[in-house]
Formats: sequence, structure tokens, C-alpha cells
Amino acid sequence: MSTHAVSTKSAKRLVSVDRFLTFIRVFLVTMIVIGLLAFVWQQVDADNPFARWRNPGARGLTGDQFKGLLISGLSQGSMYGLIALGYSMVYGVLGFINFAHGEVFMVGAMTGFIASDKFAANGMWESNFLLCLVLIMLMAIFFSTFTAVLMERVAYRPLRNSPRLIPLITSIGVSFFIQNLVLGLFGPATKSYPRLPEWLSKQRSIFTFEIAGTRLLVLVVAAVSMAGLWYVVERTKTGKAMRAVAEDKEIASLMGIDVNRTIVTTFAVGGAMAGVGGILWGLMFRSVTHMTGFLPGVKAFTAAVVGGIGNLGGAMAGGISLGSAESIAPLLILEPLGVPGVSQLKDAVAFTVLVLVLLFKPSGLFGERLSSEERA
Amino acid sequence: MSRVTATMPSSAIDQDWRRVLRWGLICGGILVTLCLVGMPVELDRREIIERYLSLGYVSILLIPIVIGRVAATQVVLEGFESRKQGLFDLVTGLVVGIMGGTCLTLLIVALDSWNLRDPLLNWSPKLFRFLTYENGIGFGAMAWIVTCGLLGMVGAASHVVPAMVRRVSGTVVLSLLSLSVLEGAVDDLSEGFGLEWLTDLLYAKKGGLTLTSTIVAGAVIAVVAVLTSGRVKTLTSSYREKEGAERQKASMILFVVVAVLCIVLPMFLGKIMNELLANVGLFLLLALGLNIVVGLAGLLDLGYVAFFAVGGYTTAVLTSPNSPFFSPELHFGFALVFVVIFAIIIGLVIGAPVIRMRGDYLAIVTLGFGEIIRLLFMSDWLGPYFGGAQGITNIPGVDLGFATVKGTDPRSVFYLVLFFCAIAIYVSWRLQASRLGRAWMAIREDEQVAEAMGINTVNSKLMAFVVGAVMAAFSGAVLAAKVGSIFPTSFMILISIIILVVVIVGGMGNIAGVMVGSFVLIGVLGGPKQPGLLQEFQNYKLLIYGMLLVFMMLKRPEGLVPSARRSRELHQEEFLQDAWLKGDKPDADDDGGETVGDDGGEEE
Repeated sequence: MSTHAVSTKSAKRLVSVDRFLTFIRVFLVTMIVIGLLAFVWQQVDADNPFARWRNPGARGLTGDQFKGLLISGLSQGSMYGLIALGYSMVYGVLGFINFAHGEVFMVGAMTGFIASDKFAANGMWESNFLLCLVLIMLMAIFFSTFTAVLMERVAYRPLRNSPRLIPLITSIGVSFFIQNLVLGLFGPATKSYPRLPEWLSKQRSIFTFEIAGTRLLVLVVAAVSMAGLWYVVERTKTGKAMRAVAEDKEIASLMGIDVNRTIVTTFAVGGAMAGVGGILWGLMFRSVTHMTGFLPGVKAFTAAVVGGIGNLGGAMAGGISLGSAESIAPLLILEPLGVPGVSQLKDAVAFTVLVLVLLFKPSGLFGERLSSEERA
Repeated sequence: MSRVTATMPSSAIDQDWRRVLRWGLICGGILVTLCLVGMPVELDRREIIERYLSLGYVSILLIPIVIGRVAATQVVLEGFESRKQGLFDLVTGLVVGIMGGTCLTLLIVALDSWNLRDPLLNWSPKLFRFLTYENGIGFGAMAWIVTCGLLGMVGAASHVVPAMVRRVSGTVVLSLLSLSVLEGAVDDLSEGFGLEWLTDLLYAKKGGLTLTSTIVAGAVIAVVAVLTSGRVKTLTSSYREKEGAERQKASMILFVVVAVLCIVLPMFLGKIMNELLANVGLFLLLALGLNIVVGLAGLLDLGYVAFFAVGGYTTAVLTSPNSPFFSPELHFGFALVFVVIFAIIIGLVIGAPVIRMRGDYLAIVTLGFGEIIRLLFMSDWLGPYFGGAQGITNIPGVDLGFATVKGTDPRSVFYLVLFFCAIAIYVSWRLQASRLGRAWMAIREDEQVAEAMGINTVNSKLMAFVVGAVMAAFSGAVLAAKVGSIFPTSFMILISIIILVVVIVGGMGNIAGVMVGSFVLIGVLGGPKQPGLLQEFQNYKLLIYGMLLVFMMLKRPEGLVPSARRSRELHQEEFLQDAWLKGDKPDADDDGGETVGDDGGEEE
């Protein structure tokens, strides 16, 4: 009898919060739907009163504008995807958010800047760009991997079995430390990558899409690295070990897998991907500071959650969807709702996506892949 | 726990050389990094002992001592015999120090032969001059190798010499350092009490102790240390061992002393010190709130600054005549009512969606909320209401009838902050022992079990968010009144993290710990924008905060002043192991006190 009383009581208690959450869900969906409808109406008939309801000045987007947004979303999203892989892999294996992974990315971008600056100074950047690109990419991969592995060795390994939040707090500290170390070493000024050679960065037209050469390069490199990672994880022995450790560390070690080494490999591979991402970021936005890692890092984590954490394909897909969402959604949903200055709200949109996904489908769009104990 | 696999050298000679070399390299790495970050050169301006020693050199010279000590520490597993420490540890320290000095020498040579100024900001002739004492490479190299070697040996020697010597010398060095470093505070304090002659005697005109005063003060401190040796320890341990009512009494006395000090001391302090205290108070208020959310309820809220912003903006909009949209120009006291209301609303709105999330997701989502709120305040969308990037200016001070609290009079601000802090401390203290507080702690330990015990986890967690939000909002309100203007950039995510560091370094879940944490960190190093006592560290304090956070998590997750329950929880495994080694196993189903060997530890 008493248990029954307790259960009905607790069921009753939860109602208010749940009702509130339902309200939030319905509210957000309604806003999105209204925004989308208004946008569609604007496209169809700009003089329709519904289209002009909140934002009389809006005229919708032209096809070219839309394509441009899509391309920029895709290229930025593929970068988020590359970083998200690191989050996802580490979360899959160790079950904690490596908050400092964004800093690994920043180290890659910073290395790329230093190297490319030197190359540009002696003219090699212009004369032999592809070689330079390969070289700076290798250097960035090296330093990012080094940072990630060192981080694991110094800060995370001693905490392997501690309560869940402790490694997370540690990683916040590591992130803070690396940011400020880089600030101390290289100064607070914004560093600009040298200009890309004209033959690469000029506009090209592919399948009616006008695309800047830089963005094309970003997409190609991201696709190649993703394919490489897929091969490593799914087709090699190391990858198999990684998947086994992610599934169950103890059983994996009983099967003769060196768990420590596999974890280091995971960090290294994630770091390498972040290094590539850093170079791509540098080529695309051409500016790096010590704070470069923070926002992309958090967004990449969002991407990993959107795709389902622990799921590598999901991380990439999540990155691309997040990138597209944050480049398109402000104009598609917020502008028709009459919000001025929407481009400032890009980051807010990314965080809203995170909240939305966690409210509607906490396991992400493509499902989580975690070991049983992490799923809690 | 971490180094269980460390090999035990079988005899004194069979030292683990790889370990020594590794520590040597670490020592060198740290020294070179420090130099390249520019810390010693920048700190060189601050004298510790006039003309003989500057803070820059101290920052370098401390490293080999510390690393030498660490390298010579040996891990003794429970149940093993510890090796006798002796000459070999001295050699370890010496080698580590020499390796560190060699790395510095290599840096000097590199500085001389290449110019890497372009990426490395601090690759400068200044660093070269600093490292060579302006006496050429040869001299610099010799000096660094010899001093670092000797200092490494000193560090290692601290294991060998009698405990008494170690304690007294440690106390002397540390107190002399702090005496010199805290010059500003001592100056200000003695001026308030009319004791200028003392500071004139102690400190040189251009800052730093004079050589004579160093020797005299060192001798005095040494004598005091010898006289009191052991007594401080017995005092603290007797305090710790007190139970129930007696402990409460002792705590009350301690508390009253601190409270009286807080009320009386600012009267004698100058502007700078009061400003500093006011900042400490602001952050203490924030930290007390976060302590409830993170320390008691175990919800890692990284967007805590959002509530701070809400408090600040509510006050600004309601009291400032410059508020762009709605400007009722209320009195601060009335505005506070709305601050509380909005803090509760925002606490609920942010709390509700995250309440069911896993701990780590909660952290990131709250971080997202913190950023969203800042971005919204900054955007053109809400600009007409909150002033956008221009913020809201001209916020009036607090008119109390008999006095006005405003930023130009830091003493009054401090008293205002003190008032709020007193409320917050009282509330946290009462909550800790209350039904709700115990519910929070139960949720922190294990949510499922807590729920099974009939705790309404959702409501309790929401309450934690709300109480934390209200405290942060109060802090924001005082900040608005103190600074007189509010900008979105005053509420960077950085603040959340610094408060987290304060709470963790002080001791999660412990009010006294949080107080110590904010005094030590915010008072000495300073807040994100507010300078602390060590203004020279301005550029490096964030680096130090990051380092501290990692260090505390690795070595002492329960904080400087741990809460008893929390530290028991964190070291549960060690406690169990100790109990097991002592022979009284917690589970009583095995056949009684057999002696424990060093094998066969597989027990279910």
C-alpha cells in the first residue's frame, strides 16, 4: 500500500516539470514551423500578409544565396565533424567529455599558422603550394597528436577510475591551461594565414553550385580524412581493438588487448583529425587566436551529440547538419520571424540545436554507441 | 592509487634511473616553458629582497626545489617496507637539478644563436639578459647548472634531514616570501593602525625586503617556528577530533572572530585593499551559490555566469536612468525583489530542461545556456531593451539614507557585499543540515538510490538551481551598483570557470572551504578582470588557474579545506583498502582475521 502511495505521489510530482518541458518542446516546434511557413510564403509570394506579418522588409532568398549558404554550412560543418570525431571516440572509449579537445584543434591551427607563415616568408608558399600544404598538415597532425597524447598521459590516465565528473572538470582545467599557455607563448594578437594562391581560391562552378576553391579543398580534405579514419577503425586490427575497448574494457583486456595503448591510440587518432580540422579552419577563415578552439570545440561536441555520441559516422553527419543548420537557420527561421541582426545569433542557434536534440532525442539522430556501463 | 605499478628498487644503489631522468626532463621542460611564456622576465620587476633577489628569479629557482623533492619521493605501497632514504636521494635531486639547469643553458645558447622572435613572443634579448645576469653565456650556464643542481639537492634533502629542520626552514622561506609578496597589504594595514615605522623598517623604498630586515625577520620567524612547532598541529587536530557540541562551539568561536575581523578590519584599510576585499566578496557570493549547485547537489553547472548576468541586467534596467527601453529608476532595494523573482524564473527555465540529463551533458548544456544568454544580451535583437554591446551605463549606487554605496567608495561596497555574503553563508549553512541539503548530498552520491529512498530528485535539483541562481543574481546586482555600468562582456564564460576553480580549490561542499578558496585565489591572484594582491601575475593568473584546477583534481580533489563527507566519498577505495590491510574487512562473510599477504587480492 505504502509503495503504491509513493509511486502515485512521485508520478504526480513529476507532472509539473514534464508539463513545462512539453510546453518548451511545443513552443520551440511552433516557432520553427511558423518561421519556416513564413519563409516558404515569402518565397512563393512576398506580398502575402502572412509572409510580411513579422518582417515586412523580407524578400526571401534567391536560389544562389541559398546554395551559397548551403556550401558554407557544409564546409564549416565538415570541420565540426572532424573535431567531433575526437569527442565521439574518446567518449566512446572512456565515457567522458574531453573538454580540451577544442584546444587540440587550436594547436593544429596555430602550428599551421607558424609553419605557413615561415613558408610564405621564403616564397615557397607561392611557388610550391601543394607541398607546403602537405607539410603544414603533417606538422599540425604531429603537434595536435602530441598534445592529445600528452594530455591523456598527464591528466586523464591517473583519473581512469574516478567519479564521472572529475575527469570532465580536469579537462576544463587542461583546456584553460593550454589556451593560456598558447597565449603566453605566442601573444594575444590575431594571426593571419598567408593568402592562398589564386588558382586555388578562385570561384568554380560545379553542378550549378558556385563554390570557392578554398571551400572545395576543405570538403575534399575532410572527406579524405573521414574515409581514412573509417578504414582505420573498421578495417584494421587497431581499429578493432578500439571498438572492443569501447564496448568493454575489462573483457577487451582479457582478450589480450593492451587497453592503455588502445586508449592512447584513440586520443592520437582524434588529435590527428582535430589537427587536420585546424589547418582547414586556418585556410578557410585565415585567422587564429588562442581562443579559436573554444567555440568550435563546444559546437563539435554538439555535433557529436546530434549524431549520437560514440558513433563515428554520426559525428560526421552531425557536424554537417549542425554546420548547415547554423548557417541556414538564422535566415530561414529567425529572419521571417522578424529578428534583426540574425547573423549574430549563429552561435546561439548552434546551442539551441544542442538543447533541442537533448530534449527530443537524447541519444542523437543516429543512435549512441556506448558500452553498457556508460549508458546509465 | 595511480602509481601502483611503480617498481620497487631492491637496494639503495639499484635506483630507478629512468625515473630520475624523466623527472630531470620534466624539470627542464617546465623551466624552459616558464621562460618562454615570459613569466620570469615580467616578474623580474618585483623585488623580493632588494637588489639580491627578484620574484622572477624566485619563480625559476623554486622549480628545481619542488621537482627535486618530488623526484626523491618514493612511492611506498601499503604493506611494503619503505627504503631508507639517504645519499642516493640527494644524488637524484642533484641530477634532476643539473638536468634542469642544462636545459636552461641550452635555451641561453639557442637564444644567442637563433632569432625565433616571430612566433615566440618572449624570445627576446631581455630574456637573454635575464638568464645570463648580463654576464655572458659562460657565466649564465655555469650559474644555472650549479644553482639548479644545488637547489634540486636541497629539495631532495628535505626527505633526509630531521623533520624539525625541514619544518622550520620551510616556514621561514615561505613566510619571508609571503611577507615580501604581500607588501601592499602589509603596507596598507600598518598605515591604518599607524605603524608606518614598521613597514619603513621592513621594506626598501623601491619595494622588496631589505637584506637586514630579511635576516632579522627570518631569525624571528625561525624562533617562533621552533617555539610553536607541533603546537599548531595539535591545535588543529584537537579541533578536528572534537565531536558534536564541542566542535560546534569551537566553530562558533572561529566564526565570530572572522566576522568581527571582517567588520572591523575594513575601517583601517585603504582604498585598494577595500576594493580587493569587495571583489573577493562578490566572488565569494558567486562561489557560495555554485557550491550549492556543484558541491552539494553535484550538478556541474558551467553556465553559472548566466544568473550573474540576470542579476546585473535586472538591476541595471530597473535602476538606471539610461536603460534604453524601460526605466522605472527604482531604488536598489525594490530592484532586489525583482532580481530574486527573475533569478528564480531563469533558474527554473534553465534547470528544467537539463534536470534529467547525464552529468556531463548537463555541464555542456548549461555552458550553452550561459553563452546563449550572453549572446542574446549582446544581439541587435534585444539591443533596444538591454543596450546591446553598449550595455547599460549610469547605474546609480545604493542609497541607504545615511550613506550611499557606490564604486568610488569601496569600503561601503564591501559592507554591502558582506551583508549579502552573511545571508548566503547563513542560508547555505542552514540548508546543509536541512532535509533538502541532505537530499542534495544523497543525489550527489547516487541519484538512483536517492530516488529509491523517496527523495524527489527533480524538485531537489531544481531547488539547487534556484538557490544558486538567487545568490549569483545578488552578486550581479551588487556588481551593477558597484561598477555603475553593465556590458555583455562582463559576463564571459571565463567567470563560470574561475568560480568553479574557486569552489574546487577551496573544497567542494564546504562553506569554510569556499571562503578560503575565494580569499586565496581572488584575493591573491585576482578575478578575471580584477587585480589581486599579486598584480605582477595579471597576465599569468589564468594559466595558474588552469594548472591549479588540473593539479587539484589529480592530487586533492576534495580541496584545501575538505568537507569530511565529500573526501570520504572521493577516497572511498583507499579507505576500504586501508581497512582491508588492517585486517577488518568490511564484509564479514569470510572466516575471520587471517593475516594479509601481498598476493591474492581478488575478493568479490
